[in-house]
Amino acid sequence: MPESEAPPIDGVSVEINGHEVIARKGELLIDAAERAGTYIPRFCYHERMKPVGMCRMCLVEVDTGRGPALQPSCMIECTPGMKVDTESEITKKAQDGVLEFLLVNHPLDCPVCDKGGECPLQDQTMAFGPGESRFVEEKRHKEKPIPISDLVLLDRERCILCDRCTRFAKEVAGDPLIHFINRGNDTEINTFPDEPFSSYFSGNTVQICPVGALTASSYRFKARPWDLDTTESTCQMCSVGCRISIDSSRDEVQRFAGVDIDPVNWGWLCDKGRFSSEAVNADGRLSEPLLREGDSLIPARWSDAIRRVSDALAKASSPQAIGIIGGARLTNEDNYAWAKLAKGVLGTDNVDAQLGDGLPAEVVLGLPAATIDEVCAPGGTVLLLAPDVKEELPVLFLRLRHAAVSDRVTLIEISPRTTGITSLAKASVQPRPGEVGELVRALVARSNTDRDIAGIAAEEINAIRALLSAANGPLKVVLGRASVAESADAVVDAAAAVIEARPDTRFLPVLRRANVRGALDMGMAPGVLPGRVALEDAREWYESRWAKVPASRGLDTEGILRAAADGRIDVLVLLGADPLSDFPDQDLAARALTGARTVVSIDTILNASSRRADVVLAAAGFAEKAGTTTNVEGRVNTVSQRVTPPGTARADWMLATEIASRLGVEFGFSSPQDILDEIGSITPAYLGLSIEALAASPDGIVLPLDLPVDELVDEIIEEIIKDVAAEIETETGEPVDEFIDVLAMTDDDGFVAGSTPRLVSFVADAPLPVPPLDSYAFRLIATRKLYDQGTIVQSATSLAPLAPGTSLLVNPWDLDRLGVAESGRVTVRSSRSSLTLSVTSDPGVPRGAAALVVSQADVRVGELIDVGDPVTEIRIETA
Amino acid sequence: MTIDVPRIITSRFDRDDSFTLSGYEATGGYQALRKALASSPQAVADEVKTASLLGRGGAGFPAGVKWGLAPENVWPRYLVVNGDESEPGTYKDRMLMELDPHQLIEGVLLACYGIGCGQAFLYVRGEMPLAQERIAQALNDAYAAGYVGKNILGTNFSVDVILSWGAGAYIVGEETALIESLEGNRGMPRLKPPFFPAAKGLYMQPTIVNNVETLSNLPWIINNGGEAFAALGAETSRGTRMFAVSGHVKNPGVFEVEYGVSTFRDLIFKPEYAGGILGDRELKAFIPGGASAPWFFEEHLNLPLEKVTVDRAGSMLGSGAIVVMDETTDAVKSCLRIVRFFARESCGKCTPCREGTTWLEQILQRIYDGYGRPTDLDLLMDVSDNISPGISWPPKQTTICPLGPSAVSPIASAMKRFRPEFEARIAFAEQNRSSVPVDFPKAASHA
Amino acid sequence: MARLTAENVELATEIIGHFPRPKSALIPLLHLAQEQDGHLTDDAMVHIADLVDVTPAEVLGTASFYEMFKMEPVGRYMVNICTNISCQLRGGEELLEHAENTLGIRPGQTTADGLFTIEDVECIAACTEAPCLQVNYRYFHKITNNEFDELISELRSGARSDIPAHGTLAQVRQHIPADRQAGSVVPENTEVPVWLSVSEDGNA
Ligand SMILES: Cc1cc2nc3c(=O)[nH]c(=O)nc-3n(C[C@H](O)[C@H](O)[C@H](O)COP(=O)(O)O)c2cc1C
Ligand code: SF4
Ligand code: FES
Repeated sequence: MPESEAPPIDGVSVEINGHEVIARKGELLIDAAERAGTYIPRFCYHERMKPVGMCRMCLVEVDTGRGPALQPSCMIECTPGMKVDTESEITKKAQDGVLEFLLVNHPLDCPVCDKGGECPLQDQTMAFGPGESRFVEEKRHKEKPIPISDLVLLDRERCILCDRCTRFAKEVAGDPLIHFINRGNDTEINTFPDEPFSSYFSGNTVQICPVGALTASSYRFKARPWDLDTTESTCQMCSVGCRISIDSSRDEVQRFAGVDIDPVNWGWLCDKGRFSSEAVNADGRLSEPLLREGDSLIPARWSDAIRRVSDALAKASSPQAIGIIGGARLTNEDNYAWAKLAKGVLGTDNVDAQLGDGLPAEVVLGLPAATIDEVCAPGGTVLLLAPDVKEELPVLFLRLRHAAVSDRVTLIEISPRTTGITSLAKASVQPRPGEVGELVRALVARSNTDRDIAGIAAEEINAIRALLSAANGPLKVVLGRASVAESADAVVDAAAAVIEARPDTRFLPVLRRANVRGALDMGMAPGVLPGRVALEDAREWYESRWAKVPASRGLDTEGILRAAADGRIDVLVLLGADPLSDFPDQDLAARALTGARTVVSIDTILNASSRRADVVLAAAGFAEKAGTTTNVEGRVNTVSQRVTPPGTARADWMLATEIASRLGVEFGFSSPQDILDEIGSITPAYLGLSIEALAASPDGIVLPLDLPVDELVDEIIEEIIKDVAAEIETETGEPVDEFIDVLAMTDDDGFVAGSTPRLVSFVADAPLPVPPLDSYAFRLIATRKLYDQGTIVQSATSLAPLAPGTSLLVNPWDLDRLGVAESGRVTVRSSRSSLTLSVTSDPGVPRGAAALVVSQADVRVGELIDVGDPVTEIRIETA
Repeated sequence: MTIDVPRIITSRFDRDDSFTLSGYEATGGYQALRKALASSPQAVADEVKTASLLGRGGAGFPAGVKWGLAPENVWPRYLVVNGDESEPGTYKDRMLMELDPHQLIEGVLLACYGIGCGQAFLYVRGEMPLAQERIAQALNDAYAAGYVGKNILGTNFSVDVILSWGAGAYIVGEETALIESLEGNRGMPRLKPPFFPAAKGLYMQPTIVNNVETLSNLPWIINNGGEAFAALGAETSRGTRMFAVSGHVKNPGVFEVEYGVSTFRDLIFKPEYAGGILGDRELKAFIPGGASAPWFFEEHLNLPLEKVTVDRAGSMLGSGAIVVMDETTDAVKSCLRIVRFFARESCGKCTPCREGTTWLEQILQRIYDGYGRPTDLDLLMDVSDNISPGISWPPKQTTICPLGPSAVSPIASAMKRFRPEFEARIAFAEQNRSSVPVDFPKAASHA
Repeated sequence: MARLTAENVELATEIIGHFPRPKSALIPLLHLAQEQDGHLTDDAMVHIADLVDVTPAEVLGTASFYEMFKMEPVGRYMVNICTNISCQLRGGEELLEHAENTLGIRPGQTTADGLFTIEDVECIAACTEAPCLQVNYRYFHKITNNEFDELISELRSGARSDIPAHGTLAQVRQHIPADRQAGSVVPENTEVPVWLSVSEDGNA
């Protein structure tokens, strides 16, 4: 089972086929044998789920002192002195027998089975099968594939009843919606009638099904496994950074599959990540640049388009008249190139990778960090001050679920409304919007409170306070922006309260978009420079390395949009950003797009904002370019190119490099690796990072490690030096001690060359006061669902229809008070605008609040929100 | 029904009020409980150990030893009573539950007291509503009288005995499947090791699973002492035991007899027992311990009814079910019927059992229906071998529980002794048919 | 069709209260639903899922494992004829055939009037009383063809009030008076039973 630390190698000595093997304590025989190079065939066993020992394929002869007996190697732990024979006649006969039994009722439709070519049953049969069937009876017949969900089909004839999918559904996903039905030879997998397997994780069952019983509707009959080319990469549908493999054939992406890395996804993917493969080949992918002529965007030549952009940038009245928004879609290399262009060439600090829906860069980069493994470490206590992780970071949800269910981790949730993880939490409270800071302050206070806070009763607060103070070890906080209808101040204030009361607390900041963390790390935020350093701290360092450094702190997205709306922005660059859809305040976004003199959009597909741009540059998307990405933890891993981008679309770093060149600055980048080399040699938190280091760490590299940055740098450099030294030693045969000293040049502080800037530290401004609640007003909660109107979901044909839409969710008590009927229609009015929509009663919404889901069809939540207000007050009237 | 002496567990069977509280109290009921409560729990456990009471559910594991297997200092412990009696040929637990429910309840209480069980569950086979009613009534009365529940008889011994019931699945008689069923799950056995119920059973807590008949012995043992019990029966099988003798006998019936004293011949032929073969025909074979047991023949008749001897002779006393087949019996048909039972009752968890037992049934059905092929007999044996490697006794198994291998017992037995009958059917089929039809007609019984 | 009635929900709640974990009450609750409707309806299973806090798929997974639970309506009287070995040897199959001919249906089928369903069942623990059968799980021992016919006509005419409609099992239920209940012991309770820790020489 996966643990944060590898189990100690204090050995149990067993004998496998005459050879001594040192197994780990408690290790299953099937695993120990595999590590020692003996693969025992299996169907039901899966290393990430509890063994059930039911397929009986892994039977081997085991002698624990009472004579050899057939035992399922997936169920027995290695014990000292155990003798195992995986090749004996008896073992072979048993395994052949099981194989034959599995085949008696298995249909012979391999030629039309998606699994054909990568099917363990087929492989086993080819390798060891009897070749001729002794079964003359009629095979079991069942209706051929039946849909068990919108995304997955089940062919019960092919099913070998290994319990993998069903175990996954129950044990891992917590959605036991598929189950064994009937008994004995009639057993099958099925759902309850009219209750489909609607799980965000259903696609995993397709991947772990050892035969072709479960197939994905998106991949059926699309390719044959032997035609596929495969590359490992990192999923970019959210910031968890699950490792995946990309399969393509004929230069077209066919599917994604999960790859098992211990610290992150354990092989699992969410369905959005898995089936986003469809979006790569979406209709409407941009394949060439477009220039505005009157009302239309007309295809143009790259040289014209780039000239148009660089001219506009060159002509901008001042660096402050340039704003760049976006970066989460980009690789680290893309982001570095763009940060260098913006800050080091253009001199503007008006750069922001977030769309006003996240947390300030200083918070994300400055809080003491925890990895996912640290958050999920057995026995710990985790405070969730985060969005609904099941909706926004699904595989992080799986990890937290496992932690709570199997590893005795106490989850305490403080969220605007109940979430997908609420049922797993030891305690969960929903404070009124805007007041979470005050609540958290009371939760970590030294003594009990005697008053209710934020709508939460004093006893409840004190009970949670007791849980928190009973935590053993440092507290872990998962921190994020749960609702975009209230300002980030409140949650930052909450974080500040925790840090103040419990300085050893560690944080996992969870921003949602793919490489948003990498973008911040690369300086794509106001006030910071690449390598997690503050503008002022690192000014000197970068002045000697770049052409220029911005004169002063710039604007964030909100500020840029305000400036644009006021006519103070000459060039607005949207780097894969769509503020019209994604910025919480849609009125402001619309005014900004009108107010900016030139709008440049760099994207893979046209969106609401780019349709209004003056220049659109076609960008290479996921699977079409190589580079690195950084996940929520600050873990860097690779993304890979598997197919060629459509038409002449280009990687974002190329565009930055070319624009810089037009402006007279040569970056000298001709590949992502050139950029990574520069990142690894000059950006403080990333010092020492290299393509070699990444190649050697398939799990990725968390930067910085668990050490203060200087020690980290020392350590990395020492490693590199040692490697170099060892190489030189083997080549020359000379000892190289002296060489090491010369190379190291470390000063007393352990810093390389003495002047590495310190990393950003956490600062929190005092939050704006929240106006008192009057009994007619409601405070708005705006949250997200996994499937929405975002470009990628909408470009993936299987996923697009799954966006659920939204109605206004109101606590039944308030509904009663308002005299509104359940599912009646209401008008919601804010200071900005009003919407008419239906209402649903939801006890998970606190009294005095009302919730909407953003980015769903027909309900433009952003029109209600004014980002200048700490909370969004609304009134609800019967329509 | 003729009953042998001494009668330990069937002593009240002749009374009309045997199942009522008043009838039970009038015949010494709940005295053992009073006696036990006046001594220590350890003393109760010790008496049971001294009695060398073997489990009556099939495996014949000593109850006292099983109790001792619960790990120390792990609480709570549960007691689960196996009243799922479904092994073909077996008919005794139903009687005990219908005719003397208080005796069973008292046994349950004694076990809980001795083992330290915090709660007991009485799992009655679903198809036995009368047993369920009698036990429910008995429990309601016993609760009211202070024998069960909180502060039993005014002491600090408190335990709830909960009646639960199944819904038709033979496999649930297997103890780990029973536990699954009691947890509300499909009755699929758990693999043991790693977990024997005594260590990790119901809700993964230490759980003692005992058969109805096993526990029904406890009141007598506590009243009369373990020594007295151990004085009855044979060296390796103490006390008495209920045997159901069915099939081709003149007086089928259930008889409580002393272990080891009588032989199979006595039970089948003596007038006070089954009274001989129907129509005084010849014996062809008999099953000594339920459908799972390999068959015995004429030469085994003189074996004493005693566990170890029967085990050594290649079968088992199992659930105390003796099924007698006379010379007119069709070996293929009987074999098919028993195999079909196991195929229908396989839980479906293990591949060899799920697929193999059905395959065996299909082959046998084909032979029986006249579509056998000469290669089928070797195929039968080889498929059997893949379920129970070596086809030996006690059986080895490629499965989790012994249900799969149980289907092999009748085949191995019938093929060993009556192979010519199988061959004759196949030969007849060969002569009367030119080719194998594609669709074999389904047996009438196979809707 | 039908969720559990209010009365049955009350009973269900009592039954759930007998067990340390709600799901343990699943089989008894499914019987309750079958008693109410004669078979298991989807609605009842969804309702039960709710009562014991599992998914309907889990309820169906359990229910479909056990052959007493019928997902489709069956006759008012389930006639279960044993053909297992002891009964086979004493005419069980012939009795079944007689039943098939008399009622004009095959095993698993229901007569057109909805009164009878016959099943060819495995051993019902009455082996010494072969051939035997059950009607709605009430036993009939050593049954001859004539006795069978008589039984059927009695059932048809409504003369057998001792046999309740299909689904009804025990008509006596276990009730534990609150003041007598020792209480369910949840697995998390790790205390040594009191009578073990204090009683060197008994508790009397
Ligand atoms: C397939 C199978 C079916 C069984 N059926 C029953 C049964 O119906 N009743 C029973 O008491 N034990 C049955 N057993 C035995 C139980 O697993 C268990 O050994 C027994 O209940 C323990 O009680 P005892 O020690 O008092 O005999 C069965 C075992 C197997 C493998
Ligand atoms: S569908 Fe696949 S994973 Fe599920 S039980 Fe069948 S073979 Fe196993
Ligand atoms: S892999 Fe061990 S039994 Fe299936």
